[in-house]
Amino acid sequence: MHFEYQIEGGNFTRAGFASSEIKKMLKQLNVDLGIIKRTVVATYEAEVNVVAHAYSGTIYVDVDEEKIIIKLVDEGPGIENIDEAMKEGYSTASSKVREMGFGAGMGLPNMKKNADELKISSEVGKGTTVEIRMMFG
Amino acid sequence: MTIAEIAKILDANIITGHDLADHNIDIAFASDLMSDVLTLKDDNVLLITGLANLQTLRTAEMSDIHCIVFARNKKVSPEMQQLAEENDITVLECRYSVFRTCGILYQAGISPIF
Ligand SMILES: Nc1ncnc2c1ncn2[C@@H]1O[C@H](COP(=O)(O)OP(=O)(O)OP(=O)(O)O)[C@@H](O)[C@H]1O
Ligand SMILES: [Mg+2]
Repeated sequence: MHFEYQIEGGNFTRAGFASSEIKKMLKQLNVDLGIIKRTVVATYEAEVNVVAHAYSGTIYVDVDEEKIIIKLVDEGPGIENIDEAMKEGYSTASSKVREMGFGAGMGLPNMKKNADELKISSEVGKGTTVEIRMMFG
Repeated sequence: MTIAEIAKILDANIITGHDLADHNIDIAFASDLMSDVLTLKDDNVLLITGLANLQTLRTAEMSDIHCIVFARNKKVSPEMQQLAEENDITVLECRYSVFRTCGILYQAGISPIF
């Protein structure tokens, strides 16, 4: 099964809409509740990152009998040093993002903890791709 | 302790989820930082916060949090209310500060997560 969702950079009113749709879809598929929670927490962190740090993005979701693959591809400033960005506490979030309750530099480490596999690639000035993989059983 | 009892001791108004007020809650977490809330692994946690925006509701939805107390007299907007209803989240508005809210709940036997 394949699904796609759009993300608008800077739009905090809509942030989480896609993750919410993904959660509903996984529930309908009767996926284990623990896996759903880890999947949507990681996806929501990634979605909020696109809203907070990039200009626009697309989420591609693929589900089969063995796994869920969620790929977030954004157009944005990219991440210069991914190892640095993965460190807890590292954040370049604006004051607007902080006012929304984010920007503690905890999202990427939390995605790492929740995802079975996390892959990040980025090109400065172009954008970032985040892939979250979850395995059933 | 039920949500109805929690509302009573906090002198709080139940804004959404009246039908869920007999639901039991044993543990709570207080934060204005959604990044923190998203790291919690426990289910059925009561969230006490002074951050009232749509992302508070989204964070609760993703974290399987079913009850939120908005302290410091923060008000729930119609959009927040709608999102809470869609996700069966019980939302309470409370005049007390976060500290006072936590103090009352702690004394009443609600446990911290850590
Ligand atoms: N999609 C992205 N595009 C550009 N930069 C990003 C992106 N995602 C993360 N970053 C960079 O990596 C940093 C760390 O991200 P992380 O999610 O860990 O923290 P945060 O978003 O700043 O705060 P929090 O996640 O706690 O709300 C960000 O501050 C930003 O500089
Ligand atoms: Mg983040």
